[in-house]
Amino acid sequence: MEIDPFIFRLSIFILSIFVGYYVVWSVTPSLHTPLMSVTNAISSVIIVGAIIAALAGTSENIFEISSIFGFLAIILAAVNIFGGFLVTQRMLQMYKKKKK
Amino acid sequence: MSANLLALFYLISGILFILALRGLSSPETSRRGNYFGIAGMAISIIVTFLAAGNFGTGFIYVLIMLVVGGSIGAFIAFKIPMTAMPELVAGFHSLVGLAAVFVAISAFLNPEAFNLGVVGKIKLASLIEMSLGAAIGAITFSGSIIAFLKLRGIMSGAPITFKGQHLINLILGLAVILLIFYLCKSQLSSVFWSVVLISFLVGVLLIIPIGGADMPVVISMLNSYSGWAAAGIGFTLENTALIITGALVGSSGAILSYIMCKGMNRSFFNVILGGWGATDQPTNSKTQDQKPVKNGNADDAAFLMKNASSVIIVPGYGMAVAQAQHALREMVDALKKNGVKVSYAIHPVAGRMPGHMNVLLAEANVPYDEVFELEEINNDFANCDVAYVIGANDVTNPVAKSDPQSPIYGMPVLDVEKSKSVLFVKRSLSPGYAGIDNDLFYRDNTLMLFADAKKMTEEIVKSL
Repeated sequence: MEIDPFIFRLSIFILSIFVGYYVVWSVTPSLHTPLMSVTNAISSVIIVGAIIAALAGTSENIFEISSIFGFLAIILAAVNIFGGFLVTQRMLQMYKKKKK
Repeated sequence: MSANLLALFYLISGILFILALRGLSSPETSRRGNYFGIAGMAISIIVTFLAAGNFGTGFIYVLIMLVVGGSIGAFIAFKIPMTAMPELVAGFHSLVGLAAVFVAISAFLNPEAFNLGVVGKIKLASLIEMSLGAAIGAITFSGSIIAFLKLRGIMSGAPITFKGQHLINLILGLAVILLIFYLCKSQLSSVFWSVVLISFLVGVLLIIPIGGADMPVVISMLNSYSGWAAAGIGFTLENTALIITGALVGSSGAILSYIMCKGMNRSFFNVILGGWGATDQPTNSKTQDQKPVKNGNADDAAFLMKNASSVIIVPGYGMAVAQAQHALREMVDALKKNGVKVSYAIHPVAGRMPGHMNVLLAEANVPYDEVFELEEINNDFANCDVAYVIGANDVTNPVAKSDPQSPIYGMPVLDVEKSKSVLFVKRSLSPGYAGIDNDLFYRDNTLMLFADAKKMTEEIVKSL
């Protein structure tokens, strides 16, 4: 009897929820805003799907309707990736310790 | 590149994302964590290109789109003022949501590209996953747009409620689920589009009844939704990086919502089903208008604080609105020169998003080890000479501890009234978001400083 690959993905998903649970509880409250901006940036890894969709068009017809949605999604996700990581970096640079 | 190798690379990306969040456990490790996140993203994108192996004209266009989006993102990231962070995050959530919707749409239109079967005969599991991803993504998108408009002040922050609102939401929610069932049977594209459109509507209706000060919960909730949407798409694309990330982001947002609800002693559903703002108590404020209030000016405040040995600053949303954080730091510097010990006390729901005050103080060069959370500092108020409340209100109201009738009863509050004297910077005696009068205004040890938070703080700096 073979295990459906879906079950493997479901296992990864559920284990990741647990990992997320413990990792996020250990985030210090003063960094909750950077946490939101960085989670926002990493969830834009959805760009992977957008790239596949965009490159699916044939070479004669790059702009099929489904690839157009892919291209649009790439722009949206790219705004998020660059915006998210850079603004997080900018915030984190500001956190300084007391000068001794 | 073989599918197995590709999957391993996605796994590495997923692990790097976990490390990125892990880094945020302290400010020292956080910057390195962010680099891990960037590395994970770079790996994901590069291996996707290599796996596609299609470096023709399409590839050039993809790069152009990347550069266009990336430059817009970078431009926003450098230009945005720190006070606008809540609306920026809401705006970014909407983009993730819409991207999820777009990817789901193109997977539905061209399932062969994703190995999901052919049009009209898409695999059942994939169809469920992509329609769920599209629905949650659409709710995230339209909900975040409303949150953005409210935070930006384009739309009034007041809750918009009408009769039968919850019933309509319920019916629409059920309709989405039923339509997804029907979609699985019929594979009709019109049904798919209806799912997307109704979900857009649900997002709008879900967020409009929620008032301004409940935004920390809303933003965290939408953060969570954007994660679940990404996970849904991750299942469709059979992509480990996306599944891991979706789960991480989803649970992160859920935990933040929980922390925010606890900070207000309210249940999640109580927040979602309409705020305090809708049920304010006009009876309270009438009788208390006549109560005497001690009114002070900047010189009084400067005198009090200069002669204190310890001062605790309590910042709130009003500080963000007045952009008073830099003036505040100057005031604290002047006090420190006089040998006064100064610390900052932050309530979990101060501001419009989790950690909002901490970022603003960090921007004004306040060292993070002078900033404390409620539980860490609440006992110190009893030994402190002056509490300087700037732009906070409900989170200092002692009524939350004493009056079981009050809507905020049971909410954890900062014990500001225990300090020897309280300086309360506020423009007027008007009640805060919860619509209730703050008992603190009329206490003997409270001195009200009626002015704009920034102007008052600057004047105090001058007279110090």
